[in-house]
Amino acid sequence: MSPQLPAAAPELSQAFCIFFIFLLPLALAGLALINTGLSRSRSAAHSMMATLCVMGVAAAAYFVTGFAWQGYPGLPAHTLTIFGKEWSWLGAGNFFLRGLPLNGSPASLAALLQMLSVGLAALIPLGAAAERWRLRACCLSTVILAGITYPLFAHWVWGGGWLGRLGQNYGLGAGFLDAGGSSTIQAVGGLTALSMVWLLGPRRGKYNLEGMPAALPGHNTVYVLFGCILALVGWMGLNAAGSILFAHIEPGRTVLVAVNTLLAASGAVLAAAAITRYRFGKPDASLSANGWVCGLVASSAGCAYVPPAAALLIGLVAGALVTFTVAWMEAHLGLDDPAGAISAHALGGVWGILAVGLFPRTVKVAYLIVTGVAPGVIPSREMLAQAIANAPHPAMVPGGQMLAQIVGVATLVGFVLPLTYSLNWLLNRFVPQRIPPEEERHGADLYELGAGAYPEFMTHTDEFSQW
Amino acid sequence: MKVTGLLMMPSGWFIVLTALILLRGVVAQDLFVAAGAGVEILGLVLFTRSHLMVKRGHE
Repeated sequence: MSPQLPAAAPELSQAFCIFFIFLLPLALAGLALINTGLSRSRSAAHSMMATLCVMGVAAAAYFVTGFAWQGYPGLPAHTLTIFGKEWSWLGAGNFFLRGLPLNGSPASLAALLQMLSVGLAALIPLGAAAERWRLRACCLSTVILAGITYPLFAHWVWGGGWLGRLGQNYGLGAGFLDAGGSSTIQAVGGLTALSMVWLLGPRRGKYNLEGMPAALPGHNTVYVLFGCILALVGWMGLNAAGSILFAHIEPGRTVLVAVNTLLAASGAVLAAAAITRYRFGKPDASLSANGWVCGLVASSAGCAYVPPAAALLIGLVAGALVTFTVAWMEAHLGLDDPAGAISAHALGGVWGILAVGLFPRTVKVAYLIVTGVAPGVIPSREMLAQAIANAPHPAMVPGGQMLAQIVGVATLVGFVLPLTYSLNWLLNRFVPQRIPPEEERHGADLYELGAGAYPEFMTHTDEFSQW
Repeated sequence: MKVTGLLMMPSGWFIVLTALILLRGVVAQDLFVAAGAGVEILGLVLFTRSHLMVKRGHE
């Protein structure tokens, strides 16, 4: 059975979906500005250049193999039958999008959305590995992400794969839920960022001989904060388009999606600003920006299901999470992540995934949407009870939704992280990924591009430092 | 330590998958999934510590 856009008005859903997808590049622009602003001026041009290259490589790799392996519900897939249950583990479509009519069908819209969102996922490691990742290597690493890791996991969640069918096969609520990509885009990108930080090591001068981290502040806070605003617009588009295509909500419900996205980001930035104000005496702009991004990331999974108050709560927790973990990972785990990408995207993504399972009403609403009983309305308490009683597959295990979400997180940690680390480790054996430490002194701009981003203002105060 | 940690993460994931496939009781399933997740976390901790040791070795 080929999935359809919500039945009430398919043309309207299609138009809304295309509009929302066209907003998505703003999220990429926002993330690019955040990454660039949080790195030092000597690598600013390299950061933007890497962004463009990575977006291009991601779209091309996804075009070649990505969509074929990700697939979409109703398209061919490789399946295993285990004890009578079908486990769809890989899409079996054609490479180069052959045979996919690009005519506004749900599958074609999903392909367009994914060609952009895989670029978003690929920008996440750029922020974490800033100032020390060779251009050629980050393009090759993006091939791994966009061509292998991302489509594989996205198939399991969005392509009719086994994670999305945990509800039908094992009665775990509505199956693994992620409407906007907290797991498929953000956590996958965040775990790739973690792998790259492990593989590349810290920037030159980040840790002194005693292992104490030094502050290497970003060069342009205005870029960072403006990037946050751009990212909000793009994220609204991402969450809304994802909710229509993968959670099958009616277009009218995208208002709830946008409200939830905004509230989660608002809660997160306020929490981050308040906590840093309490801890340091003044609000910290870069940690507040990390909080904003973490709120957006955490909002994605449940944006189509949770009520606005829950979205605000999710954002508040996300903001608190990021402020503590950025400093903790830097000081205690030796992770030099200039953009705070591991905290904001990997941990924020995991929090967003788990938050979906925390609210019982959310689980019921999601169940009704997924089973097609009430895709477009926010049901009343009585309507929920009646619809759950008459639902098509009523085998809901108590706590099953949370279990499904935990299985998703376990898959990220137990499969995606080792896979992405191993593939990038292998790549590093053939193509050294790190800029030579002695060249870092002059910055990635000069080493890789031959010219700096701000030639009139070249002041590198640590050029004569001893470590 | 690094290889052990790296191998423990997928091992924990297989325990989670096996619990889903083989077990039907809610409690048993929950316990085995929790055990699998615990093995993954242990692997992650070992893997992280191995990188810390490498970093300290360089210092």
